[in-house]
Amino acid sequence: MTKKVLKEFKVEYLQVLDENGNCDESLMPKLSDSDIKKIYETLVLIRVFDQKAFNMQRQGRLGTYIQFKGQEACQVGSAFALQDNDFIFPMYRNSGLLIARKQPIVQVLQYWGGDERGLKSPQNVNNFPIAIPVSTQIPHAVGAGFAAKLRGTKQVSAVYFGEGATSKGDFHEAMNFAGVFNVPVVFICENNQYAISVPRKKQTHAETIAQKAIAYGFDGLQVDGMDVFAVYKATKDAVDKARAGKGPTLIECFAYRMCDHSTSDDASRYRPKEEFEQWTKKDPIERLEKYMRSKKLLDDAYKDKILKQSQNIIEKAVTEFEKLPAPEPKDIFKYVFAEMTQQQKEEMEELFGR
Amino acid sequence: MAVANIVQSVTMALRQEMARDKNVVVLGEDVGLNGGVFRATEGLQKEFGADRVIDTPLSELGIVGCAVGMAVNGLKPVAEIQFSGFMYAAFDQLISHAGRIRMRSRGRFTCPIVVRAPYGGGIRALELHCESGESIFAHTPGIKMVIPSNPYDTKGLLAAAIRDPDPVIFYEPMRIYRAIKQDIPDNDYIVPLGKANVVQEGDDLTLISWGAMVKTCQDALEKLNNKYSVELIDLRTINPYDAETIINSVKKTGRCVIVHEAMKTSGFAAELIASINEKALLSLEAPVVRVTSPDVPFPLARLENYYLPDVDSVLKGIEKVMRF
Repeated sequence: MTKKVLKEFKVEYLQVLDENGNCDESLMPKLSDSDIKKIYETLVLIRVFDQKAFNMQRQGRLGTYIQFKGQEACQVGSAFALQDNDFIFPMYRNSGLLIARKQPIVQVLQYWGGDERGLKSPQNVNNFPIAIPVSTQIPHAVGAGFAAKLRGTKQVSAVYFGEGATSKGDFHEAMNFAGVFNVPVVFICENNQYAISVPRKKQTHAETIAQKAIAYGFDGLQVDGMDVFAVYKATKDAVDKARAGKGPTLIECFAYRMCDHSTSDDASRYRPKEEFEQWTKKDPIERLEKYMRSKKLLDDAYKDKILKQSQNIIEKAVTEFEKLPAPEPKDIFKYVFAEMTQQQKEEMEELFGR
Repeated sequence: MAVANIVQSVTMALRQEMARDKNVVVLGEDVGLNGGVFRATEGLQKEFGADRVIDTPLSELGIVGCAVGMAVNGLKPVAEIQFSGFMYAAFDQLISHAGRIRMRSRGRFTCPIVVRAPYGGGIRALELHCESGESIFAHTPGIKMVIPSNPYDTKGLLAAAIRDPDPVIFYEPMRIYRAIKQDIPDNDYIVPLGKANVVQEGDDLTLISWGAMVKTCQDALEKLNNKYSVELIDLRTINPYDAETIINSVKKTGRCVIVHEAMKTSGFAAELIASINEKALLSLEAPVVRVTSPDVPFPLARLENYYLPDVDSVLKGIEKVMRF
């Protein structure tokens, strides 16, 4: 009879910039001053967008909108590590990611305004339409990465989901495929602690989401999801590894939803106020500002300029969005199949006349 | 020219399309080394390599979800689901994604996948190995649904499905996988999707069916021994279906019987009857009759003969319409 330890596992945690803006230089990824400024400017831009979109929903100028406040670093830090022709498979809480990935702001507004034209990815980037069902986009990312591998395109596929998504079969079947076929894919879990009202602890009994990768035979790590440098570093390492043919990675971005689930939700019903206040101290933008100030990359004038510049960009996009012609009604038939069926042609005629 | 049954003609179509287009890949459980549980992919892995004939984990959702992503990034995946009843595990991927990608991305991304599965009963199989879910998928926008009934059509329809720019579910009639042999041309040919086949012409009655039930209808007509002049139509594609061929035939004969293996309520016959009512009502001499299985789950082997339409129930349906 033998009793022995077959294998031992560990789960790493990464934080580069703490909540007071102190940076561990030994962990700091290679980023130029202008890179850091670009990251800061994108973080501010998407936060301004998020608040504006929320306000517009309240004013009846947009439909249901999904905010992402608190998760900006997850989206910008990871987007910054990807190339344009890499694929992203976003979820509904990823408007910031889309903007960081060159989706025109007008289009993001268009989608939340109830117009599918907003989902069309620009030709030079591969932004897959956001997934509304939870977790179902995860296998697509694996398939796209698998295709990149088989076709030798050197693309990496990145997929975004919340911690709630890890309770669904799609996540597990996709993770399993990715491991078995050594697919160039990066799984980015934005763990914002709540799936609407259900806290992370009721989603899984596992101590971390990151450790779920272990079961599928590849690396998983947890990063401070409100530290943009940590998210960037983890994603860059994972993307480089995937591009080198060394397989998938799961990154758990440990963050907080500093907003309601959606414009139809009221998080005060289920989240303690004290908890919310504790997390706001970790704000991803404020801590980056502290760091940048210490490095003389930011002063009040620059901060003010970037805020105003962001507001102008968003206001301009809103004006453009509100002037757009309505979508063509016949378009509901146009894109179902490459060619309309006879039945569809008859239905279109019945609906709209000849 | 080679003599082939339906399974062999599936393999021939896959081989032809894989040789023709390097982006065609096959994936599924046991499709590689083992050549599929029905041997439909026999020899393909040896010929095209393990990168193009991919043995996957036992994971229907994973197979279809992965195929969707592959298609989005330039491949033309042909996924095999071992039995059609297991396709329901991947239902969300088909309904919520495959059929909507072109529309949601305004044509920027497309989903040219084929999902093959043996379907139907009559082989005394286990539970959920005998399902006929065609009308479930026909009731889904953005997905085509194809069911061949003979080897020649199988090769041509599967080739057409693989070349189609949109998602296609391809049901293969398991019961007659090896029951019919035909001469199959070696050359590259397709049978276009959306076109029914008039198997035999007639003037008294239109008999419509698809898949394994086409053979049952043919057996019934043999037994009928020219008592009536029957026009037999093999629908071949369930969605988009060939209304024109059906309407023209019913206008000519004035009588119609529709035979399918799936249960009666909301079966695809209901859609065809609605179409006949819309376009050929005044040509009808009698109500259209449906010969289908009843609204119950597919029973285990000892009772399946009571469940499935057979030669006698088809003849009974024909007499009911003719004697109206």
